[in-house]
Amino acid sequence: MTIETTATGVLVLTLIMTLVTLVTRFGGVFIMSFVRISPRIESFINAMASSVLIAIIVPMAFEGDAGALAALSVTAVTMLVLQKPLPAIAAGVFTAAAVRYLL
Amino acid sequence: MLPISLFVVAFGAAFGLAAVQKGLAPLDTLLMSALVFAGASQFAAIDMWGAEVSVIPVMVVVFAINSRHLLMGASLYPMLKDVAPAKRYGVLLVLTDANWAVAAQDYQSGHRNLEAILGGGLVLWLAWIVGTWLGVYFGGLLQNPKNLGLDMVLGCFLLAMALGGKKSPRILVAWALAALASLVAWKWLPANTHVVAGALAGGVVGFFWLDKSRATGAPGGNPRDH
Repeated sequence: MTIETTATGVLVLTLIMTLVTLVTRFGGVFIMSFVRISPRIESFINAMASSVLIAIIVPMAFEGDAGALAALSVTAVTMLVLQKPLPAIAAGVFTAAAVRYLL
Repeated sequence: MLPISLFVVAFGAAFGLAAVQKGLAPLDTLLMSALVFAGASQFAAIDMWGAEVSVIPVMVVVFAINSRHLLMGASLYPMLKDVAPAKRYGVLLVLTDANWAVAAQDYQSGHRNLEAILGGGLVLWLAWIVGTWLGVYFGGLLQNPKNLGLDMVLGCFLLAMALGGKKSPRILVAWALAALASLVAWKWLPANTHVVAGALAGGVVGFFWLDKSRATGAPGGNPRDH
């Protein structure tokens, strides 16, 4: 099935994309409201929560250039030392810029 | 949220420019950003744009890229379950990576921070629209945002959020498995499945390895959990 990108067509496509995205935004909470939250499920949820972040970042590091890798490493070290997100992010971004300028 | 908002504006400008170059009308582009509000999936959809667009592939790609929202939403369920449905789903309208990361981390340390999701989400939503608008009318803001490291803002932010959370042996094993699974999926499974694969792998560790002090509420457990 295809939709021509006329004025109405674009609108329909945008609405379809909106609906699909809305299903993803609402779906997790909606499904969970039918699940009995046992300690096991709660443990699953909280281990999954930070694993989402790891699963976004690790392939990003592998895919990225030297600047990306340096940025993530510096952010990690700064964060572990200072425990403050803002300096850690700033240091990471600055490192990416510096490495790319130098290489 | 300020550094992230700047990144979102730059990313939005790149999207606005790409969309116009693909032949989308300025108003349609702005409407798409305002309604869909999911950058990576909008880029992917625009990539499939032409005189005709096949509906099912666009739906599949948008769903795959945004499927991480399902897991993010599920992880918020414990803090949303006592909230009235209208408010619960209202807040979720603006759920996205950065505000979710803040709220999820706050919840770990015991705060139910709905304001972070809603307030942060609205700021990011506005930044996304403003960025798209700039891109549509003025083109890409910066010749090469990569030179300034701007493409790394979100990655560094999410990493800082992850490392700011609780780090028990159980969580570290979950992360190791999540990292491994996401890499395997990224290399060998269909595109855009790596986030879900990695997150579920990490979740499985939690499913089988219960945090004893937390699960039983036994005395001597970590007081921060109670």
